[in-house]
Amino acid sequence: MRWVIAAVFLAAALLTGVLVGPVDLGVLTVVQATFAHIVGLHSPLSGADDAILWQLRLPRVVLGALVGGTLAAAGAAYQGVFRNPLADPYLLGAAAGAGLGATLVVAFTSGSGDLLPPAAFIGASVAVVAAYVLGRSAGAAAGPAALVLAGVTVTSFFTAMQIFVQQQHVQTVQQIYSWLLGRLSTAGWHEVAIIAPYAAVSWVILLGHRRLLDVLAVGDDEAAALGVNVGRVRLLVVVAATIATAAAVAVSGLIAFVGIIVPHTIRLLVGGSYRLLLPLSVIVGAGFLVFADVIARTVMSPAELPIGVVTAFFGAPFFAVVLRTSRRTA
Amino acid sequence: MSALSLDSLSVTLGGARIVDRLAATVEPGEWVALIGPNGAGKTTALRAVAGLVDYDGAVAILGDDAAALSRRQLARSLALVPQVPLIPGDISVREYVLLGRTPYLTYFGSERRADHDAVDVALEQLDLLSFQHRRLDTLSGGERQRATLARALAQDAPILLLDEPTAALDVGRQQQVLELVDSLRAQRGLTVLSTMHDLTLAGQYADRVLLLDGGRLVAAGSARDVLTRPLISEHYGAEVALVDTESGFVVVPVRGTIANGA
Repeated sequence: MRWVIAAVFLAAALLTGVLVGPVDLGVLTVVQATFAHIVGLHSPLSGADDAILWQLRLPRVVLGALVGGTLAAAGAAYQGVFRNPLADPYLLGAAAGAGLGATLVVAFTSGSGDLLPPAAFIGASVAVVAAYVLGRSAGAAAGPAALVLAGVTVTSFFTAMQIFVQQQHVQTVQQIYSWLLGRLSTAGWHEVAIIAPYAAVSWVILLGHRRLLDVLAVGDDEAAALGVNVGRVRLLVVVAATIATAAAVAVSGLIAFVGIIVPHTIRLLVGGSYRLLLPLSVIVGAGFLVFADVIARTVMSPAELPIGVVTAFFGAPFFAVVLRTSRRTA
Repeated sequence: MSALSLDSLSVTLGGARIVDRLAATVEPGEWVALIGPNGAGKTTALRAVAGLVDYDGAVAILGDDAAALSRRQLARSLALVPQVPLIPGDISVREYVLLGRTPYLTYFGSERRADHDAVDVALEQLDLLSFQHRRLDTLSGGERQRATLARALAQDAPILLLDEPTAALDVGRQQQVLELVDSLRAQRGLTVLSTMHDLTLAGQYADRVLLLDGGRLVAAGSARDVLTRPLISEHYGAEVALVDTESGFVVVPVRGTIANGA
């Protein structure tokens, strides 16, 4: 039943995503045309409409689903390995690192934009590696708390450098600012192609760890007494979550809140076992971000809201309602 | 072959010697209690046996050198119930007990029929079948402890390590837990090594007690041999009376016999 509801939610989001826009394409033809493209048949849509569907709307919807699923799964996984409900995919400095990488590119290159995704990706990865090495230097006995503190330290340091570079190049502020707020913008399938391999690898690894994340919930010592190599599980999960987060940040900027709100909503509704939590986070996270993007591009059309603003503005009250109702019934 | 054999087991933490050349054996089916004052090294010794802290010396489990066993192999032989288990509140009792099957699963593997059967048996033996779909955070302290014991039983390990199984329980719950452990020991032929705070309970339930002080084994044997007024006075700094009852004897502190703040 939970799977059906989650699947219907995602399907509704995807359909809404491709249908909503200035040009009315029609439900049936959209489905037929998408199917035709996938199996290689002739699309029933006119050339212009077909381009709107296949080059504009579908890539954007698919990108939203990949980014949303990735951020939600990474958030859930981070919450699991750190046993910290406030952990999100940016906990170990991925956001600050990506921000610094993006800022350096905007400030010091001609600004074609092609270099921005790889710079953000590299920045995020460097920051997380730095945090991990720093956290581990405190010794394994310090556990996840040392890693979280290292993440805070690295975040502050990278943010300081990013702000310094930004202040030296004031003309870049607007471009960097809009990138920091996050947006799904696509040029055909290019961005989807960038993130898809990372998302696929990450989802497979994270979902493979769903049972072990439950074991980690009983504490490092007890997990070890159950035969689990806790350090290795934590490292693998962090690596998998980080590469996908870095890829998501590279194509869509910093989209806040998805990694927190989606897993916690699911937790409140179906419980905290990662066997359900991780796969449902992927599905619901994907649908949530697609819906958020529909709102971002329609409420002030033809202008677009930054999607990070939408996820927080609509996500926070929704989460508050879920929190209230679940407390009452518990 | 002994179930457990500790040979010159020493643990040093932060430069301090916590366990000092401890030598002991536990025979199959036996219940041995580690007793001693606070800071004597009871829990650390137990954690060393479970492979959770580095140690010098040797631990043999059913004849095999523990240092040569993998984590998984170790977990199939020893089940540990910590003093204060970390309870993830938002999972169900069944999901929690299922974690006990971890040592039998491959890295990315999931449970099979046999694992669910083992969980059913453990839930049944601890009278938790009717609770199995409840969330852990809706259980009372005693029910949670039963859930933790069920998780340890689901591990199907021949040796059970219990760290202060009765801490923070009222007298009735203490008795229930210890009776339960004793009956499980009989049903499953388990060997039990536990740390115990309460000398009376240690004397009543354990076959043998090992008295530790300052990390060293200072006395070992039956409760009657170890729980003597001179030994308790020397190592606990307590003046006690020993009252014989039909089920063993009772250790009671005597008021007004030691200097205030000593």
